Amino acid sequence: MNPKRKQRLIIVLGILVAVGLATGLMTFALRENINLFFTPSEIAEGKAPLQRRIRVGGLVVPGSVKRGEDLQVSFDLTDNAQQITVRYAGILPDLFREGQGIIAHGKLISGTLVEADEVLAKHDENYVPPEVQEAIEKAGHPKKES
Amino acid sequence: MFESLKRLYHKFGSPKYFYDITGRMLPWLVALSVLLLIPGLIYGLGFAPPEKYQGNSYRVIYIHVPAASIAMSGYMLMAVAGVVVLVWRMKMAEMVAKSVAPIGASFAFICLVTGSIWGKPTWGTWWVWDARLTSMLILLFLYLGVMALNAAIENAQSAARATAVLSIVGAVNLPIIKYSVEWWNTLHQPASIRMTSSAIDPEMLYTLLSCIAGFYCLFAVLVILSTRCEILLREQRSSWVKKLVGV
Repeated sequence: MNPKRKQRLIIVLGILVAVGLATGLMTFALRENINLFFTPSEIAEGKAPLQRRIRVGGLVVPGSVKRGEDLQVSFDLTDNAQQITVRYAGILPDLFREGQGIIAHGKLISGTLVEADEVLAKHDENYVPPEVQEAIEKAGHPKKES
Repeated sequence: MFESLKRLYHKFGSPKYFYDITGRMLPWLVALSVLLLIPGLIYGLGFAPPEKYQGNSYRVIYIHVPAASIAMSGYMLMAVAGVVVLVWRMKMAEMVAKSVAPIGASFAFICLVTGSIWGKPTWGTWWVWDARLTSMLILLFLYLGVMALNAAIENAQSAARATAVLSIVGAVNLPIIKYSVEWWNTLHQPASIRMTSSAIDPEMLYTLLSCIAGFYCLFAVLVILSTRCEILLREQRSSWVKKLVGV
């Protein structure tokens, strides 16, 4: 490679490394803000601000879904360490079910209660046709959850 | 090995050679993309099994995932061509980089639109500002920025050098898109197709792979057609182009 091209290549690589480093530092500094939601554990540690609108994400605890009048519903979310109760009035997404990953958007009333006005379903990366899922469950293999 | 690769690299730097060889490749690529894409899409959209939880709405995956993959690979191609432009001052790379931009932007747009259509029935929202969706939107804006910069500078060579810098700097976004679902909490689910084990049912997976390969061939066809057009435009004064068009 002739010296001029070599020099230009070094400059280009230098720019790429510098920009990469700057972006890396920036995203590292902003990592808390880039996260879309808090986990129940983070809320238990007091990382989420009280009386403010936050998003909380976790799996719906089986057996915790309680339906009240009209569209009132309350359920617990877990990250397999801590739990938090979500209260919501409205239509739940089609994918909502026990064990499903859910993101609730609303006000954090206390360390264990969120008053949500939006509930989104998070689907995992597994895609299975209905018969296969039934066969897996019949064979006694536990359902894989994210 | 290295020497022959180097010779091939320099051969591809010649517009005439590029024009000739891509002309011979085109029919094969068209045939391949038709053979992979049409059965893949028909089977995927019509006959593949529905998903256990999402039902039929998951079928948009057969367009969404290929579009996302191509939008990112297209940007990578543009950035690599940008390095060649800046370091080796190769005219062919300028033309390829310029041709990729609008095509890649289209695929990024398709990815965002299909993702949004998929998000409504499954997540319950059209859009959310999570890391994956936002970084993909930035990719579309980078493409649009590259196109705008290309159009703003009259001289083709200076335009190519300026856009090369922008494409290389923007390439930093690519790993962010790819790993966003692992580094941060997002609404978007992690990758389903992995080198080791895939989380998709085989029947769906092979259909999806056929669609991905087919869309890549289509992308290659589009880039080649656009680049050949650019070659004729920029080499119009050379004797071989004059002879080719019969002036």
